[in-house]
Amino acid sequence: MATQTTDPVGVSSSGAVVDRIRVSVPDRGLRHDVRAVSIVWRRELIRFRTDRLRAITSLVQPFLFLFILGTGLSNLAGGSLPQSGTFDFKTFIYPGVLAMSVLFTAIFSAGSIVWDREFGFLREILVAPVSRGAIVVGKCLGGATIATFQGVIFLCLAWFAHVPYNPVLIISLIGMLLLLSFTLTAFGVMMAARIRQFQAFMALTQMLVMPLFFLSGALYPLTGLPAWLTVLTRLDPLTYVVGPMRHLVFSHLNVSAQISGILNTHLAPDITWAGWVVPLWLSLGIVALMGLVMMSVAIAEFSKTE
Amino acid sequence: MAAQAGVKPGAEQVSNGAGPETVISVSGLVKRYGEVEAVRGIDFTVARGETFGFLGPNGAGKSTTIKILCTLANATSGTALVAGHNSATERDAVRRNIGLVFQDTTLDSYLTAEQNLRFHAELYGVPKAAVMPRMRQVMDMVGLWDRKDSLVSTYSGGMQRRLEIARGLLHAPHVLFLDEPTVGLDPQTRSSIWTYINDLKSREDITIFLTTHYMDEAEHCDRIAIIDHGKIVAIDTPEALKASVGKDRVQIQTADDKAAIAELAAKFGIEAAMHEGAVTFSVASGEQFVPRLFSESTIPIRSVSVSRPSLDDVFMSYTGTTIRDAEGGAGNEFMRNMHRLRSGGRR
Repeated sequence: MATQTTDPVGVSSSGAVVDRIRVSVPDRGLRHDVRAVSIVWRRELIRFRTDRLRAITSLVQPFLFLFILGTGLSNLAGGSLPQSGTFDFKTFIYPGVLAMSVLFTAIFSAGSIVWDREFGFLREILVAPVSRGAIVVGKCLGGATIATFQGVIFLCLAWFAHVPYNPVLIISLIGMLLLLSFTLTAFGVMMAARIRQFQAFMALTQMLVMPLFFLSGALYPLTGLPAWLTVLTRLDPLTYVVGPMRHLVFSHLNVSAQISGILNTHLAPDITWAGWVVPLWLSLGIVALMGLVMMSVAIAEFSKTE
Repeated sequence: MAAQAGVKPGAEQVSNGAGPETVISVSGLVKRYGEVEAVRGIDFTVARGETFGFLGPNGAGKSTTIKILCTLANATSGTALVAGHNSATERDAVRRNIGLVFQDTTLDSYLTAEQNLRFHAELYGVPKAAVMPRMRQVMDMVGLWDRKDSLVSTYSGGMQRRLEIARGLLHAPHVLFLDEPTVGLDPQTRSSIWTYINDLKSREDITIFLTTHYMDEAEHCDRIAIIDHGKIVAIDTPEALKASVGKDRVQIQTADDKAAIAELAAKFGIEAAMHEGAVTFSVASGEQFVPRLFSESTIPIRSVSVSRPSLDDVFMSYTGTTIRDAEGGAGNEFMRNMHRLRSGGRR
């Protein structure tokens, strides 16, 4: 009975000391994993809500692309675009810029893992009696949610690009943004599993984000490109979301049948693999599959022990 | 000194009755990082209810051992059982039964204290009905309940450490691991942390395993293991360790120091020398010797001081160096301070 040094002399026992509350931590099960996924997801949302600056700054770039670049290049691109009061270059790049609005937030949300590692919080997560899978899934869903939320804010600006607020269009676009955000977050999480320094993560992702964006056909139609560029564009997961989103937007535009035909053949061509048209379900399936594979790699990485 | 029995006879019967219940049991533990052998074959056991301290300089293998016990690292060889489960093969079972406070903060400073604890409760699957009352209990214990809605970034270093202790207890673990629980805190805060730790021992049925390189903190432990270069060089109660070093140190100031040294040698057969401006010598029991000295000495004595061997002396006698020298110069401390500065910047 250790010499009674434990007598709480001078310790302010906080009022009525209740009996120690019985807590028994259950064995691992699905319910426990769901709780873990949910709390990791909720933490992302709380962090996002308290960080308004991040929400605003990450919308600056797509804003610049749409209004500054979009307006400026309208003059240059004018000749090759159909003449109509309800269509201009902004309309053309809108789906791509919409994808961009989730791009940064999704990938950088994974950066918080590197941040957590540097500041210790990751340790608190990794010693918990919960599967690493649940943590990674929670993180990917959390990043996807906040990125999609950014995309929704940007969707509000559709009117400026002559894109109508059609419920079916909006809901379909949100669905695609969610899918894209998930895959991009999974990509970020996969990178974050390996990288120990926040600066390194930022530098590396910055380096990758722009090529992803440029190769997606966000700013130009994927027709008549040189072979090497065509191959590269087909390797970019963003391509398989930007293409379908542009199709979707164009099919809801308030334009004549003649213009609509030009749009679909020249400006929003189908994605092809050596001449074979990739159907919509496969496009989106590729994106989902890429996300799942990258998430699995991330889970495997986090399951390693020193 | 019988303190290390730790487990009360009554408790034994309540459990399985097979002698003092062992909560941590380590045998032949080795951890190699490439060429470097951080832990070189250690064995020890910790009984239920004990406060067990790992004492050693930075780089002695304390943190590596704690990492292995907490399932954060795999041992190269040997086994570690924590709360009856193998820390290498039954990770989740071990994790459910342990609470952890690391030397560097692992709180999310952008969340409130309550949000941090709730996060922990959900990750550990604390039953929903128990979350609120238990949260209140552990936060009350460290005196932070009224600050539960503040962002952790507004907490001082000491408050953060207290919150981490509360969080470590939230899921009612059987063993609480404290890795350097007071490092980087000012002396006053350090002593208040110890008040909370001692207080919690009286309230919770818990075994505490801690590492420290502060000698004075090792005094709080029921038993300590001195670890140096990856090996345990001594393991016992602080009292027994000090007794094993043996002698008390006596320092006297006299009218004629030279004559006093000669007289000590002649009359008592004691070899004395001048240290810090006083005649200094060692005897088995200082209290008993001093009265004899006064009655038999012919040289006037102006002052006398008797000091017991400290854990510093213990450490010195087992490792042949002081803990500060063993820290290996400024390197480690410097790195540690740099890290503190960085993470401290967010407060």
